Parts: sequence; C-alpha cells; structure tokens
Amino acid sequence: MLLALLLAVAFAAVRMRDLFSVVMLFSIYSLLTAALFMDLDAVDVAFTEAAVGAGVSTILMLASLRLVGRSEQARRRNPLLALSVVAVTGAALIYGLSDAPLLGDPNAPAQQHVAPYYIQNAMADTGVPNLVTAVLASYRGFDTFGETLVVFTAGLAVMLLLGSGRARDNQQYGSEDDRNIQRLVVRALIPWILVFALYVQFHGDFGAGGGFQAGVIFASAFVLFDLVHGHRVTAQVIPAHWLPRLGALGALIYGGVGLCSLFVGQPFLDYAALAQDPIAGQHLGILLVELGVGLTVFSVITAIYYAFSTREQLR
Amino acid sequence: MELPGLFNYWVVVVLMMAGFYVVIEQGNLVKKLIGLGLFQASVFIFYISIGKVADGAPPILGDAAELYSNPLPHVLILTAIVVGVATTAVGLSLIVRIHEQYGSVEEDDIHRADVQADEDEA
Repeated sequence: MLLALLLAVAFAAVRMRDLFSVVMLFSIYSLLTAALFMDLDAVDVAFTEAAVGAGVSTILMLASLRLVGRSEQARRRNPLLALSVVAVTGAALIYGLSDAPLLGDPNAPAQQHVAPYYIQNAMADTGVPNLVTAVLASYRGFDTFGETLVVFTAGLAVMLLLGSGRARDNQQYGSEDDRNIQRLVVRALIPWILVFALYVQFHGDFGAGGGFQAGVIFASAFVLFDLVHGHRVTAQVIPAHWLPRLGALGALIYGGVGLCSLFVGQPFLDYAALAQDPIAGQHLGILLVELGVGLTVFSVITAIYYAFSTREQLR
Repeated sequence: MELPGLFNYWVVVVLMMAGFYVVIEQGNLVKKLIGLGLFQASVFIFYISIGKVADGAPPILGDAAELYSNPLPHVLILTAIVVGVATTAVGLSLIVRIHEQYGSVEEDDIHRADVQADEDEA
C-alpha cells in the first residue's frame, strides 16, 4: 500500500512542470518513505527521514525556488532515447535481483555477517540498549566521524558559494495581522521543539534518536523562528558568524574524544580508555561524540538556511 | 503480516529508474536534483529492506523481543540521509550561482549561452 502510494507520488513528481508542486510532492514522498521505514523496523531512520526529508530539505528547495523561479520549460526533444536507456537499465536490475534473498529472510547473507555480533554483544560492550546508537557511535565511530566532517565541509561549501548571510531582513509575506497570529503560534511551539530536540539528543542511548536527528530538529526550531520574525531578529539570537565556529567545535569535540583515548595509549576513538570502568567510558564517549554530531549538524543546517534565505533575488 | 518476497525490490528499481529518467532527460537543474533525490531515496529503501527480518523487532534491546532487525543498514542510511541533505544544499547553491550567472536554470539555455560566448571569443 505504502509502496503503491510512493510510486504514484514519484510519477506525479516526474510529470509535473510546476516546480513548486514537485517540491511539495517530494516532501510527501519523504514522509511516505519515513512511514515505510517504520514498517520495516527502522525507527531511527524513519525519525531522521521525517525530520530531514519532509522538513529541512523542503525548506531549502523552496528557498532556492524563490531565487531561480518555479516554472520549468517544456523540452521539444524526443524522450524515446532516455526512456529506452531507463527501461534497459531497469530490466537488467530486476533480472539481477531475481535470485536475491526474499524480504525478511532471517538467513540472508546480510543477516549473517556482523549483525549477530552487534545484537548479542552490544549490551555487554557498550551498555547502550539502542543498537543503532551503539553501532553508530561506538563500533562504527570512525565512519560517523567521517560523515560529520562531510556534513561540516558541505556547510562550508554552501557558505563559500552563497555567503554566510548578512543581518538584513528577508522578505515578509502576508498582512501584519496574519503575521501576529503566526508569531503567537510559533512562540508557543518553539520551547517544546527545543526541549524535544534535547530529549532526542540525550535519550538516544535508550530510545530512537541521537545527534543527527536532534541537530536537525534544533535547527528547524530556528528556521521556524526565522520564517515568522525575519532574519534580523534571528541573527540577534544566533549570529551567522557563530555557526561555522559551532560546527567546527562539534567536529573538534568528536575528534578530541578520539585523541584523548589516543593519548592514554589506546586506539583512536576507543572510549573504554576514558574512564576506569570500560562501560562508563563507553557511555561518556558516546554521549560526547553524539553531542559533537548534534552541534555540527545543527550549525550546518542553520548556516545553510541562513545562506539561502538571505541571498538577494537577481532581477 | 505476510511479506511480499521480492516485491519491495521491484518497487525500488522502478523508483530508481524514475529518478534516473529525470536526471538524464529533463533539462531543469532543480528538477534534476529532485530526480537525484528520488534515486537516493530508492537506494535507502533498498538498504532498509535488506535489513528487515520477518517478525523482528526494531533494534532497541528490551525484554519483549527475541529477534531483531539488522541495525547495520539503519546506521548507514541514517547518516546518509543527513549527509544527503547537506550535499543537496551544495547542489542547490551551485544552481543559485548558475542562475545568477546565466539568468536561467535550463540546461539548453546554459549550453546555448556557452556556445554563444565561445563564438564571440573566436
């Protein structure tokens, strides 16, 4: 059912010429994907997809449509060539999948490799019941460090391309009355969003959540604030020039934890070195690197939003 | 719930090809980036489908469940989603700069302007 809806939305998005509708459909597509992930037991991933795909990326796409215009030109080229390429590739992929293990098969090769080790030993090794957090922050800590740095680098690239956002007002829409209503609602919502983000950040060991999701949710509170109050007010709360520094601080916390364990003679990012008791060390290490991840993701997403929303429209 | 065998994977392929079609056929750069997003999301669904174990529980240890779905694909895709939005933002900002330079985000217009500029130079 969900898959059928996904297909319908995807095809509508391909055919649509009005880019505004396409972006909205893409947002619906993300939300459906999140629901599908729930169904497939991936609660952490569903959480991330709902926060990122349906929230932040839609905002970014709309912000860039404001700058580049929303209508797409029709092309007069014959789509037959592209269609045949797509059909052949698709047929080859379906053929290649014909001997893949069936969905949900517990004996599939993917289920046999490291996953059983994680499921059996994560509690004893790290003391963290959420296996996704345990694998993300501890077993695969190197990988996550690299990804945090990629996010940070992408944020820097956007700032280089668009400028980091001067403190000027972005365009306001609607009447003053409308905006007062919006401000009231947003004022009521923001504290809860921030509290929820902190809960997600620090409860990630035990339930679904963690630094990536918390950073995005924290940033979306600022995006919401910016949308109704304008950039000048938001920049007083958190100035644009702080954001790259906060992002760097997050990466520094993560790398610093790794260096700390290096200095006491253990491998890079071996948290057991951080305290007398290995489990306490793991807890501390995971808490700190998740904090670093959250800080970096928050500041990068907010900085990207600043860069897009304050860019002047070219006539 | 009865699991439909390979059906998930077939849908993934169709979604992926829809994204691929947009990327190679349609000229608008923003649309191309959305096509790339469709493509990317289909890969995410593929990974998560691989990690699913029938009758498994979400991979958060508790007393109730014996069988858990594979946490590894979840970790890979969770980080990929966040990296994906950051790189999409880089793509969008490149498009914004292209629009400022060429006054258009249609591939054909940009190509024509480039050819024109080459001829003027020659």
